[in-house]
This record gives sequence, C-alpha cells and structure tokens, in this order.
Amino acid sequence: MHALEFRNVDFAYSEEGKRDFCIKKLNFTVEEGEFVAVLGHNGSGKSTLARLSNGILASDGGEIRVFDSVLTDKNLFDIRKQVGVVFQNPDNQTVASIVEDDVAFGAENIALPREEIGRRIDFALKAVGMEEFRRATVARLSGGQKQRVAIAGVLALKPRIMILDESTAMLDPKGRREIANVALRLNKEEKITVLFITHFMEEALLADRAVVMNRGEIVMEGTPREIFSRHEELLTYNLTLPRIGRICKSLSEGGMSVNDTLDIDTLADEIARDIKGDSAL
Amino acid sequence: MKEVTFGQYYPVDSFIHRMDPRLKIVFLIGFIVAIFLADNFYGLAACAGVLILAVALSRVPVGKVLRAVRGILFLVIFTAAINILFHTGEHVYWQWSIFSVTREGILFSAYLILRLVLLVVCSSLLTYTTTPVSLTDGIESLLTPLKWIRFPVHALALIMSIALRFIPILMDETDRIKNAQKARGADFESGGPIKRIKAFIPILVPLLLSAFRRADELGDAMDARCYGGKTRTKYKKLHFTWRDLLGFLLLAALITGVVLLRIYVGEML
Repeated sequence: MHALEFRNVDFAYSEEGKRDFCIKKLNFTVEEGEFVAVLGHNGSGKSTLARLSNGILASDGGEIRVFDSVLTDKNLFDIRKQVGVVFQNPDNQTVASIVEDDVAFGAENIALPREEIGRRIDFALKAVGMEEFRRATVARLSGGQKQRVAIAGVLALKPRIMILDESTAMLDPKGRREIANVALRLNKEEKITVLFITHFMEEALLADRAVVMNRGEIVMEGTPREIFSRHEELLTYNLTLPRIGRICKSLSEGGMSVNDTLDIDTLADEIARDIKGDSAL
Repeated sequence: MKEVTFGQYYPVDSFIHRMDPRLKIVFLIGFIVAIFLADNFYGLAACAGVLILAVALSRVPVGKVLRAVRGILFLVIFTAAINILFHTGEHVYWQWSIFSVTREGILFSAYLILRLVLLVVCSSLLTYTTTPVSLTDGIESLLTPLKWIRFPVHALALIMSIALRFIPILMDETDRIKNAQKARGADFESGGPIKRIKAFIPILVPLLLSAFRRADELGDAMDARCYGGKTRTKYKKLHFTWRDLLGFLLLAALITGVVLLRIYVGEML
C-alpha cells in the first residue's frame, strides 16, 4: 500500500484568466515507512506539493491518495489527521503562548477526551525531546526548539505521514541538525513516513530516496548518492552538491586524485592517500 | 529575544496567585460594584480594608501596587480640583463668582479619590497576580453561557490567545524594521509631533504587511492541525478551591456590609 500517491496531479495559480502551472501532471508515490527528501530550487513546486497533500490547496486535476483513500472535500479532516505538515517559519505555527497549550491545540480540534490529550502531549513532547519544556513560554525558546514544538503540535494528532515543508530553512545550523535528527527518529522509531522538503543538500543524505523537482515536475529520482553522482544534471536545476561533495570536486579539478565522496571522513582518507602517494614519488 | 513580560505579572507564589482566574475577575467586578454602592465613609473604609488584606496576601510589594496609582495621578488631581471648586453645599468656606469651596465638595472629592485609587489598585492587583494566559482562560470560561445565544466564545478566546502569542513577535519585528530604516538614515527622534508621527509610516506599512503574511501562514498551520471541526474539547480545566470559596464569601460579605451601611447609615456628606 502506498502511503501517499499523486496521480496526474495538476495545480495552477490563475491570474486574470491566465493559468500559471505550478504542478504539471505530477506522478509521485511514497511507500509506507519511507524517508523521502524532496529537493528543488525556489518555485520548483515543492511547497505546493506539501499543501496539496493535506488539502490546504485543492488540485486542479488528477487524484491524490493517502493510504488508498482519495482526498476529497468530504474526508479532509481524516486526511489531515493522517498527514501532518510542519511549515517553514517556526513563529507562524504556534497559537498559544505556553508549549503544552500549543501542543494540545490539534488534539483539542479533533475533540479527544482530556486524559487522551494529556497522554498525547506527553508522547509528542517526548518524541521531539522537549519534555522538560512543557510549561515553558514559546517566545523564549530557540528557533530549533520552537520548530520542535511545532512538530510536537502535529504529532499530537498521531499522523502516519509527516511532511516537513522547508522546516529547516529559517534555522541556524544547530537548529537544522535538531530537526533533521527528530525527523530521522520519528521515521525509525515511530515508523512515521517522512517527506522532507528542503533546499539544503546535506539534509537529503539522511533520506532513503531523494526526488528533485523543477518547474512543477519531478526531474530526478533515486538514492541521494545516485542523485549527487549526477552533478552536471543537478547544476542545470540550480542545485549544487553537499559541501563535502563540492570540496571533493574542487580538489579533483585542482589536480588531486580523490574519488568522489559525500562523507567527511572518507574525504580525509582520500586526501591523506593522495598526499602519501605524492610523497612516495 | 526580548523579555516577554507583557502586562505586569509579578511572579511569586501566593494565596492570591493561586486563586482561580474566574474568581479573581468576578471579585474585581463585585469590588467595583461595592465601591460605587458605598456612599459613606464606613463603607469605603470596609472596601479599603478588604483590598489591603488582598494586597498583603498577594505578596506583591506595596511600592509596585502604588505605582499603578501614579498613572492616574493627573486624573485624580484634576477631578478632585473640579469637584471641590464646583460642588455646591451648605457649609461654604470660600466663594468667588461661580467657584465655591464647601464641606460637601471636599468630602465628595475625597470619596471620589478614594474610589478611583481603590479601583486602580484592585484591577492592577489582578494583572499582577494573574498571567495573561490564565486571564484569557478565565474570560473564556466566564463567557461560556453566551454559547447559548451562539456567541463564538471559543473563537474569541483563540483570538485573544493568538494576540498574546504574537505581541512579542511583532515587537521584535518593529525593532528590526526600525533599525533597518535607521540604517538608511530615517530619523525618528527629531522634529515636531506631526513629523515624528509621519516618520512612523515607513515602520507601520511593512509591519502590517508582515502581520498579514504571518496570519496567512498561521491559518494554514491551523488548518493542517484540523482546526474548524464541529466539536472541540478543552485540555485545560480551571478548578475552584477553598481559596476561591473564601474569596467569594469575603466578596459577598463586603457587598452585604456596604448595602447595609447604605441603608442604615446613609449618605455622609
């Protein structure tokens, strides 16, 4: 069973009768339990993909299926319970000033009994490692912590699919690492299917599978390593390699004989090997 | 990040802090009724006594409580002066044209000042001892009966809660925009009042724009968390305790006392 499936999905922003396609005949599936990274330059349609998946935007054609049920106006709430979306700006996702009140919001919306809401808050805050901040004021948390609270707020609905729509874009490197680790943990331990939308290439390395979008279409698909080995093609979509990959490329262009790698330790070994090779001559 | 002590909550643990916000709101309303029902010295003295007890129990420093009075000092002096000069009465001490100082006028002003001070001290005591969040919860709970006439109580409470949540964010944003404009040579400090107000337009426009953008995103995030269903539950529950019972009894006694004094002692001028 596919967790998420797009079949010939179209989406266009219409302006003065002119239709500007944002997503064109998109076919895309995510399997249950997968961790998929979606890469793409600004305006590639990757955020639209997230908003279509839980019906915040309605498609102009085609079919979106979540665990085999077709997304319609009627089952919008059921779909949203299953597909949680975390957005970009951590400040614009919290409704309450206190952490636990905010995490409770989603659970209150689906009319759970009080005791169950309490259990869900425990579960969600523990899953993102924020249990000791239960009574804290949201405004005083760091960006990464705020975003973890936002994830907890979605987790309280116990979704089976979690979509992080550029949720790391506004964070500092430490915050980005926190969010990536939380996403990985949810995928491995809570068995939640994760769709990680990002333009940081490093983060794609965590995924089982990566998908590159350009102008509303999927243009590349494969394991992150496969995708990053197609360096020239990536450049045409305005994407680059992760930092280590770029260093590696520059080194070989500069005449060092290092094999392509995306791992910092392997790169160090390669450089050491090359230097030793040189001195042996 | 700016310190977010919006309002003036004074964080200590006390009898008053632990009271239910609903009871505190009801107490404030009842207290205001009592100080306006009291029309003689004994009644107002009883009100003052109750308030002094409440301040003592709250563990908020007296200086802090009195600071609230400073804000209305001008209003107090102004109304007192007007009342003393224009109030007519039998015991005239001094008279000139339409102005007169009478015993009745002085007493009337004294009562008015006392009432204003009591009013301000009691309401600031509420904000000193109750966080904005629990005030919102209290108001929501008190307005619940209005659901019967289909008044959107929950939506109102959510609006208040979101407003509280976004105050520090928008304050930060204002600072950022202000600094950005300053860096480009904007001048907010010099010139007359009109010029200064005009200087704020380049701050207000981007601030409003960003507030709308934030509202849009918040709307999406709320939708994503299943907001807008027909039924909704509430996680937080407020609990009445023995403290609230004591507070309620004290209020009831105060109002009864004031009414009795009004009937049996009558107006003292």
